[in-house]
Amino acid sequence: MTVEDMKVGRGGFPWRIRVEQRLVRPRWVSAIVPVLSIVLGLLTGALLIWANGVDPVAAYVAMAKGAFGSKYALGETLVKTIPLILAGLGVSLAFRMQLWNIGAEGQLHMGAIAAGGIALFLPQKFPQIQPWMWLVIITAAGFAAGALWALIPGALKAYLNVNEIITTLMLNYVAILWVDYLVNVPWKDPASLGFPLTAVFPRELWLPRTPGLFFLTPRHRVHLGLLFGIIAAILLYVFVTRSKWGFEVDVIGRNQKAARYAGMRIARNVLIVMAISGGLAGVAGMAEVMGIIHRLQHQISPGYGYTAIIIAWLAKLHPLVLPVVAFLFGALLVAGDQLQISMGLPVAVSFILQGLILFFVLGGEILSYYTLRIERVSS
Amino acid sequence: MEGETARIAVEMRNIVKRFPGVLANDHVNFSAYEGEIHALLGENGAGKTTLMNILSGLYRPDEGEIYLYGRRVVFNSPRDAIAHGVGMVHQHFKLVETHTVAENIILGLDKPRFFLNLAEAEQEIRRLEEQYGLKVDPQAYIWQLSLGEQQRVEILKALYRGARILIMDEPTAVLTPQEVEELFVTLRRMAREGHTIIFISHKLDEVLAIADRITILRKGRVVGTVEAQMATKEELARMMVGREVLFHIEKEPVEPGAPVLEVQGLRALSDRGVPALKGVTFHVREREILGVAGVSGNGQSELAEVITGLRESTGGRVRVNGQDLTNAGARAFIDAGVSHIPEDRVHVGIVPSLHLTGNLFLKAYRRLPGFFLNWKQMREKAKELLRHFDVMAPNPDVEARTLSGGNIQKLILAREFSSRPAVVIAVHPTQGLDVGATEAVRQRLLEQRSQGAAILLISEDLEEVRALSDRIIVMYEGEIMGEVPPDAPVEEIGLLMAGTRLEGRGA
Amino acid sequence: MDWVFISATLIAAIRAGTPILYATIGEIFAERAGVLNLGVEGMMLMGAVSGFIVGLKTGSPWVGALAAMLVGGLMSLIHAFVSITLRGDQVVSGLALTLFGSGLSALVGKPYVGVPGVRFTAWKIPLLSRIPFLGEVLFQRDPLVYFSFLLFPLAWYFIFKTRPGLHLRAVGEDPATADAAGINVFKLRYLYTFIGGMLAGLGGATISLSYTPGWIEGMTAGRGWIAVGLVIFAFWDPLRAALGSYLFGGVNSLQFGLQTKGVTIPIYFLQMMPYLFTILVLIFATQERVRRRVGAPAALGIPYVRGER
Ligand SMILES: Nc1ncnc2c1ncn2[C@@H]1O[C@H](COP(=O)(O)OP(=O)(O)O)[C@@H](O)[C@H]1O
Ligand SMILES: [Mg+2]
Repeated sequence: MTVEDMKVGRGGFPWRIRVEQRLVRPRWVSAIVPVLSIVLGLLTGALLIWANGVDPVAAYVAMAKGAFGSKYALGETLVKTIPLILAGLGVSLAFRMQLWNIGAEGQLHMGAIAAGGIALFLPQKFPQIQPWMWLVIITAAGFAAGALWALIPGALKAYLNVNEIITTLMLNYVAILWVDYLVNVPWKDPASLGFPLTAVFPRELWLPRTPGLFFLTPRHRVHLGLLFGIIAAILLYVFVTRSKWGFEVDVIGRNQKAARYAGMRIARNVLIVMAISGGLAGVAGMAEVMGIIHRLQHQISPGYGYTAIIIAWLAKLHPLVLPVVAFLFGALLVAGDQLQISMGLPVAVSFILQGLILFFVLGGEILSYYTLRIERVSS
Repeated sequence: MEGETARIAVEMRNIVKRFPGVLANDHVNFSAYEGEIHALLGENGAGKTTLMNILSGLYRPDEGEIYLYGRRVVFNSPRDAIAHGVGMVHQHFKLVETHTVAENIILGLDKPRFFLNLAEAEQEIRRLEEQYGLKVDPQAYIWQLSLGEQQRVEILKALYRGARILIMDEPTAVLTPQEVEELFVTLRRMAREGHTIIFISHKLDEVLAIADRITILRKGRVVGTVEAQMATKEELARMMVGREVLFHIEKEPVEPGAPVLEVQGLRALSDRGVPALKGVTFHVREREILGVAGVSGNGQSELAEVITGLRESTGGRVRVNGQDLTNAGARAFIDAGVSHIPEDRVHVGIVPSLHLTGNLFLKAYRRLPGFFLNWKQMREKAKELLRHFDVMAPNPDVEARTLSGGNIQKLILAREFSSRPAVVIAVHPTQGLDVGATEAVRQRLLEQRSQGAAILLISEDLEEVRALSDRIIVMYEGEIMGEVPPDAPVEEIGLLMAGTRLEGRGA
Repeated sequence: MDWVFISATLIAAIRAGTPILYATIGEIFAERAGVLNLGVEGMMLMGAVSGFIVGLKTGSPWVGALAAMLVGGLMSLIHAFVSITLRGDQVVSGLALTLFGSGLSALVGKPYVGVPGVRFTAWKIPLLSRIPFLGEVLFQRDPLVYFSFLLFPLAWYFIFKTRPGLHLRAVGEDPATADAAGINVFKLRYLYTFIGGMLAGLGGATISLSYTPGWIEGMTAGRGWIAVGLVIFAFWDPLRAALGSYLFGGVNSLQFGLQTKGVTIPIYFLQMMPYLFTILVLIFATQERVRRRVGAPAALGIPYVRGER
C-alpha cells in the first residue's frame, strides 16, 4: 500500500505523473493486457517496417496468410508451436522460482545433439532394439542433455551463487558452436557437398506425426512433439499447483528469505528446477531434429529459446495458458519466414515484434497494478 | 517559554494526507515555537511520521498549508524543506551504509559543485561535533557505527545543512537509557540556541521528561496540545489511546521445568564478517520466558538466526531438548519444535504475495501426508486458525500483504504457535504494533509459557522485557553482560546495556 | 619469448577489448545508478548498424560514431521508461531491448550487409608512438582506442572522487536516502541509463567502424552480454573493467594467435573461449566478492518507489 509522487522534469515543470497502487486489481485488466500488448506491438512494428520502406499492410497480409492462410499454413504454425511450448514451459518453471534461465536456446541445441548423436550412430550397433524403443531412448537423452547443460549454471548458482543470467546466456553460444563443430567436422555427411550437415537420420526413427490431425492436409508435418508438449503442460500444471514441491518452488520464487526461514532447501530446488527447465528445452531440440529437420545442421533453431522467454512471460508463467500463447508466437515465426520469402526481409524482424510486444506487456502489467494520473503541480 | 514573546516557527494548517484506504492525517493543525522542544505523541499508526514527512518535504499534503516563521511555504522535495531550515532525523536512518560519515553529511548539497573537498567538510563536521557534543569519526563508514552513533550522524547532517527546525522521529528506540540522557542534553542545548525541536514518540515518560509542549495525535487527528508541566501521565495516556488504559499483564505463576534450549559459548559472524557473537552462553527452561535486553545491533539478530538455523555459527553449541542442533539448518530446528517470530515480519516472516492459507502452511505443509496437497482441506484449517488467533481478514484467500502490521504478526503467531512449539524465539514481537495488537501478542506469549514452551524474548522495549520475562540477560557487543531478575532497577540494566559489567558475572 | 608475437597479441587484445570496454563502462554507470540494463547487446547492435550507415552516408566515421551514441542512448530510454517510470521488471525489459535491437538492426542493416564503408584510421601519436614496443602497442591506434584510454580513468575518477559521482553511487545504493537528501533519483537514473546506452552504442560502432569494419547481422556476437558479465567481474569499478576487457580481448585474440602458430584446435573451440572465459571469470569474481564482501549496488534492479515500506 504505497503512494508516492514522482516528479517528471525539473522543479519548474508544471505536470507530473502520479503512480498509485490499486487496492483491488480489476479482472478485466489482467485479461486485456496481453491482447492489447500484441495489438500495440504489431502496430508499432508496422510503423518500423513502413519506415524501412516496406508496405506494412502488405507485410502483415503476407504474414497472416503464411500463418493461418491455409490448412498447410496452420500445420506449419503448429509445427513451430511445438518447440515453443516445450522450451516455454521450461523457462516458465525456472522463472517461477525467479531463476533467470535464459539458456533455453543452448539447452535446446544440446538436446538436439544428444538425439542426433544417438540416431546417427547407435541403431546400427544395436539392431536388436525396436524403433519405438529408440524413440523412448532418444527422448530421454534429449531431456538428459538439456538438463545436464542447464545444471552447469544451476550448480554454479546453487553452490557458488554465480549469476545465472550471464552463465546460461554464455552457454547458448557454446552449445551452438558445439553443433557447428559436429556438423562441420566429425559428424559431417561426406555426401553433403561441403554443406554443414549430418546424414539424414534413419527413417524409422523419425518422430511420428501426431495422430488425429487429418483435418490438416495429409502432408502436414505436425509430429508427436505436440503431444509431448501438451502432456508436459498438464503435468507441470498439476505438479506446480498441487504438489508440495510446487508449493516450495512457488514460495522460493516469491520470497526466498521466507522460504529459507521456513526450512525449504533452496539449493536443491535450484538444481531440480534447472534440470527440468533445461530438460524440457532439450526435448524441444530433440523433437525439432527428430520430427522436422531429420538431421543435424548449422542453424536448427530460429531463436526458439529466446522466444520461449517471451511466451513464458506473456502467459504469466501459467502452464495451461502457455500453449495458447506459444501457438500465437508459432504463427508469428511462420509469418516471419513468409516475410523473408515474399518480401526479402530478415527473419530477425520477428524479434522486433517480439521485443515490442514484451515492452507493451511490461507497461500493461503496471497499469493493472497501478493507476497513472497526470496532474498539475500545485504552486 | 512563558513571559517572552516567542515566535511561531512552524505552523501546519488543516493538513490532510490520504493513503489508499487510510486517512493518515485528517485536517491536522500543528504549531511549534522557536526554541521549543515540542513533542508529537501518539500510538503507532496515529500519523505522526506522516505529518512530519510532510513538514520535511518528503510527502506532499493532499490539503493544507505550511507556514514557517509566518510565511507560507510549499515544499516539493526534502531539498526545499532543508533550504528553509527544516531537517528530519527519520526513525529508520537515511544513511548510505557503504559511504563514510562525511560523504553522507555532504550528500545532496550543491557546494562544492563538482570536485569533492572532503577534508574541508570533515573540518566543519568536527567543529559542529565540538559545539553540540556529538562525537563521531567523520571518516568512518556508516556500517561500522552503532545505531546511537548513526543517529548522531543524522543530527550532524541536519545541522550541517543549517537546520533551524529539527524533527526527531522516535529517537530513543535505539539508545541505552544513558544515551537517551546524552541525547536530551544535546537537544536542550540546541533548543537554547534557538532551534526548534519536534520530538516524535509514543512513550509517555520520555515525552514528559524532554518536552515543553506536547501535541497528541490519534487516528490522524489532533486530540489536543498541552503544556508538559501541567500534564500527567494518565491524562496523556487517555488522550493518546482514547480510553482508560489499563495495561496490566497477568503473569500466571508457574514453576519452570528442565532446560530445553541450551546455548553454549556460541560464536558467529555478522553479514559484514566481523564477530557478532563472542561466546554466548545461556539456557531457557520449560515454562519460562528469558528476556534478552540490549540496544539493537549488539548481536541479538545474529543470535536469533543462529539458534533457528538461519546463520552458521563459528563456534559453540546449540541444544534443543538435549539434541545437538549446531549448524543443522532451519529445517532441523523447525522439526525439533523451535518456533521463530522473526525480526523482519514482512520480508522473512511471511510471503506477502501469497494467500493466507499458504502462509499458514509455510512450514506445516511438510508434515501433511502424501506428495500432493489438499488445498481445500488446508483452507478450512486456515479459516479456523485465523478465527482462533483473531486475524482480521475477509477470507484465507487474500494476499498476506493486504493485512495490517498487527494482523501480519497475528498471522505469524497463528502459524508458529499452532505447531505447539517446545521453544519460541520471539524477536521484537511487538515493535511497531498498536496497543491492541501489542496486548494480544504479549498475551499469546504468556499463553505459550503456561503451556510449557521455553521462550526467548528479544526486545528493545525494556518495559516489555521486564514485564514479561522470568529472567533477563543483557547483551552488549556480542556478549552477555549479566543476568538480572525482572524487577531489577532500570539503571542497573541500563549500565549493563552500555557495557558496564556488574561484579559477579551471571548467565 | 617472441616479441613480435607478444606485441601482436597485445595489439589484438586492445583492439578486441575496446568495444567491450565501452559497453562495460556504460553498464557500470547504469548499474551504479541502480538500473540493470540487460539490453546492452541490442544497444550495441543498433550502435554498430547506425554507426556504420551514418558513417557511410556522411563519409565520416566521426559522425557515424556520434550517431551510434545517440541511437544507443535512445534505445536505453525505452528501458529507462519501462523500468524507472513504469517499474517493470528490469530483467525482462532488458531482454526485450536486446531482442528488439537485434531485430531492428537486422532490418535496418539488411541493404548494407557486405557493403564496404568508412572506418577510423590509426593515428600515430608523435614521439610516443616511437617508444619501442610500447609505442607500437599503445600509440599507433585509432581515435576510438585513444578515447577509451581516457575514458576509463576518467570514469573511475568521476564515480569515486566527484560530487556527481557520490550522488550516482548513493542513488544505486540507497535511493530513499538520496531522495531525502534532495537528489532527484529519477532524473539521475534516466541520465545514467542514457549514458550507459550511449557508451554501448559507441561500443557497437567501435566494432563496425574500427575493429571489423562493415556490417553483418548479429555482428556483436554476444559481446553485450559479456560486458554485463564483466561488470560483475569489475566490481562496478572502471579500472577493473579495463582489466577485464583487455583480458577478454587477449583471450579473443589468442585464438588467432594460436592459429597463426599452427596450433590445430578446431576453430569452433577457439570461438567458444571468450564465452567460457566469461563464465570462469564470473565464478572467480563471485568468490572474491564473497571473500571481500563487495556487493552489487544495493538497490540494483529494484524500482524506486517513494514511501515504500
Ligand atoms: N507510505 C505509506 N503508504 C501507505 N500507507 C501508509 C504509508 N505511510 C503510512 N501509512 C499509513 O498511515 C497511517 C499513519 O502512519 P504513520 O504516520 O507512520 O504513523 P505513526 O508514525 O504515528 O506511527 C498508518 O495507518 C499507516 O499504515
Ligand atoms: Mg512513525
